Amino acid sequence: MFCVTVWFCSQEDGLRQILQEMESLYEQNQSDVNEAKSDGRAELIPSIKLRHCCLLRNQRCVAAYLYDRLLRIRALRWEYGSVLPANVRFHMCAEELQWFSQYKKSLASFMRSLGADGLDITQDMKPPKSLYIEVRCLKDHGEFEIDDGTVILLKKNSQHFLPRWKCEQLIRQGVLEHVMS
Amino acid sequence: MSDPPSDDGSDAIHDDGQDVMTPAELIAKLEEAWLNEKFSPELLENRSEVVECVMEQLTHMEANLQRVKKGDAKASMHRMEIDRIRFVLSSYLRSRLQKIERFFPHILEREKSRGEGDPSLLSPEEFAFAKEYHANTETYLKAVALKRMPPNLQTVDMLKAVPEPCLDSFVFLRVKERQENILIEPETDDQREYVVDMEEGSQHLMRYRTIAPLVSSGAVQLI
Repeated sequence: MFCVTVWFCSQEDGLRQILQEMESLYEQNQSDVNEAKSDGRAELIPSIKLRHCCLLRNQRCVAAYLYDRLLRIRALRWEYGSVLPANVRFHMCAEELQWFSQYKKSLASFMRSLGADGLDITQDMKPPKSLYIEVRCLKDHGEFEIDDGTVILLKKNSQHFLPRWKCEQLIRQGVLEHVMS
Repeated sequence: MSDPPSDDGSDAIHDDGQDVMTPAELIAKLEEAWLNEKFSPELLENRSEVVECVMEQLTHMEANLQRVKKGDAKASMHRMEIDRIRFVLSSYLRSRLQKIERFFPHILEREKSRGEGDPSLLSPEEFAFAKEYHANTETYLKAVALKRMPPNLQTVDMLKAVPEPCLDSFVFLRVKERQENILIEPETDDQREYVVDMEEGSQHLMRYRTIAPLVSSGAVQLI
């Protein structure tokens, strides 16, 4: 979780520089192409080709960088849940937040379509080993209801013996910690 | 795995167009589909009829569990059973979604050029998910970068930009139906092509490309 956040700071400046470079290369090419056509200056063609290669490479690098960010954002939905913490959102631009929102909608729609009532496939990430697990509460989380109706108060440092499947998400979010004896 | 708890009337599960299955057979089918999908480098044919049946079976088991006396020792075993089946099902669906996301332009292209009678790789819901993923990603790239690029560079050919699955990766497999004369392609020029017979129950490590059709026909099981 932490390494994702640290990496995440948006390289807005870098991207802007690349786009400016692309604009300038393109303009130089436009003018050279016109000259080559009107004045028959064929010796301009190699540099036109070179600039075009640079433009293609820049486009590829930018697309690869942006797509890599999307993959990390996608990973957040699976590892962390559908509500992102403020410190992660801070590093995302508006379009990335939009992508995330759309992605989780798509995923929710897919999950709802499974069977009669849907199936949350972001749960059950590990094969079940035991029914109940010992957990320690790492932060105050308030009341928590389990299947048979009993309500547990999740107070910081309290320990509980709870059904594993109810705790999975809270463990991933860092609210509970699995205590291995 | 022990037989899941079931009522008298529901020992049989009807798989569309096929013979009646017991719950144990259904779960075995799910596990086969799960392992194949997990170990195959490419997306396999969708098994939505198995998914549907398993979902129904899970609902049924949950309902049965409610009726068992609390504190009964059997209840915890059945609970574990339900959790295990749900894990396998979720893992299977996750494997598929991951591959759909990873290879989305190629999968969508394949779907587009599919013949009328050919079976679809994707369930209708997976197809919708794939299309939305594609549209979402294109919209994002356009808005953040592409629309600010020179006019002739405002699109990215996704089919070229996104790598295809590596069908030459090696997989472990177990033979379910005896196979004769399987052609193994030579890896280098100085190797000669050779054919092998694969005995039932034998296990091999081979290139996926060679045995891909045998996986879809059910003749081999990836392990």
